[in-house]
Amino acid sequence: MSAPRPAGRFSRVLTNVMPLGTGVAMILIWYAICLAMSPEQRFLLPAPHEVARAFIEKGPALWNAALNTGEGALLGFGSAVALSFIMALVLSLSPLVRASFYPYLMILQMTPIIVMAPILILWVGPGLKSVTIITFLICFFPMVVNTTQGLISTDRNLVDYFRMCRATKLQEVFLLRVPAALPYFFTGLRIAGTLATIGAIVGDVFAGNSAGGQGGLGFLTIIYSAQFQIGALFATAAVSCLLGFIFVAAVIALSWLALHKWHESYRQSDH
Amino acid sequence: MRQDGPLPIVAFTDVVKRYGDGPLILDNISFAAQRGDFITLIGPSGCGKSTVLKLISGLNPVSSGQIVVDGAVPSGAVEKLSFVFQEPTLLPWRTVERNVELPLRLQGADPASRFEVARRSLALVGLSDRMGYYPRQLSGGQKMRVSIARALSVSPRILLLDEPFGALDEMTRDHLNEELLAIRQQLAWTAFFVTHSVAEAVFLSNRILVMSASPGRIHTEVRVDLPYPRTEETRQSPSYQALVGQVSKMLRSVERLRP
Repeated sequence: MSAPRPAGRFSRVLTNVMPLGTGVAMILIWYAICLAMSPEQRFLLPAPHEVARAFIEKGPALWNAALNTGEGALLGFGSAVALSFIMALVLSLSPLVRASFYPYLMILQMTPIIVMAPILILWVGPGLKSVTIITFLICFFPMVVNTTQGLISTDRNLVDYFRMCRATKLQEVFLLRVPAALPYFFTGLRIAGTLATIGAIVGDVFAGNSAGGQGGLGFLTIIYSAQFQIGALFATAAVSCLLGFIFVAAVIALSWLALHKWHESYRQSDH
Repeated sequence: MRQDGPLPIVAFTDVVKRYGDGPLILDNISFAAQRGDFITLIGPSGCGKSTVLKLISGLNPVSSGQIVVDGAVPSGAVEKLSFVFQEPTLLPWRTVERNVELPLRLQGADPASRFEVARRSLALVGLSDRMGYYPRQLSGGQKMRVSIARALSVSPRILLLDEPFGALDEMTRDHLNEELLAIRQQLAWTAFFVTHSVAEAVFLSNRILVMSASPGRIHTEVRVDLPYPRTEETRQSPSYQALVGQVSKMLRSVERLRP
């Protein structure tokens, strides 16, 4: 092992500084575009400081909406993770089981949310329940597909070893197939994590309930766009992004906790 | 059947094996292994060496003939058997220690005794200081050592080794051969070893079964009367080198027999 070379340290500093640099550059370009616009066009693109002002003015509404959307996203995401895991275990039993269920999973995935929403409203009413189910529907499919793929991709040699040891079917599933499927599970989790917030906001637009402060970020989007509050729309977009980032960051952290010690994808090129 | 001397630990009588309607894999295999034997199976590819190991393990049934393992049918003797393959087949998410205790876990042993045995097994292969490592942190030779420690953790009476050192460089292989024999001095198991290397076969075994292919038959048995313990000096001795030459010649004549 050699001491870190100066060039290596420099490139590490660079990887930390560069994202900040591009951020600053983009804000400067943003201002430049705003200045270049004619006064009658100005309302189309608020300057960064105007977005910041809207952010502060609408703070309580944004916070409340983010909490509502976050709740729907978390409930839908969580139930999708739990149920997809059970579903994947069932699907991994045999090709016959997979062949009998996959077409219907596909149908579930293909049906647009905008069509599902009115049905859900009729069944469970608008609000958190509907938003949760819509988020669930969006997150479920990528989770099932990835986890099932992982459960059936176990190294043949390891399966043979378990059989030679006369391991029971339960031991084979929980000591071998499930841990071997973890990298695939986390791939599904990353996809579902990015979709969860989007699902909850879309769900809020089509099947949300705005009464009594129950509205989410989707509801705010409808209101602000109807009122031409462009700055507030930008602030809502920023909050939506932030919420999505929280989900993705949590998933990445979980994935790191579960895999970094043993999985090849976390191997450091340090030898 | 009248039995002379001690009861063999593994006995094949007129064993025939074919898969379904496929070609004959093994034809009329008969031999008896005594306790403590180190028997190497060597021969051209497709001679059914690995199939012999699978039949002993009870994983596959014979087509005709009879196999007795420690006085029972093979599938009844499974707790007495252990395997080492060409691949280390370690679980990458388990530490070295937890890989070694895995077969005991599968048998339902209690945790305290499992980890005690794992520590002893790892000491035997000289990896006590790597207990908490994950497989990806080990070299190829170290992974194979862990695989051997795992096989030893169930205190086997019979060890089945299917080209365990085939993927390693020659230095590491020679070293592990010596270690394997040293461990055998402490724990007396009977070994069945499959290899393509004549030198390895002569160094390790007291009996070598030279097999011919299509169908697999035992061509000759060679007894290796070099004294144990065997060391690097054994490899320099004229009698060792003469045996290597003799077995190589046999292997070449067997190769010519191929249709």
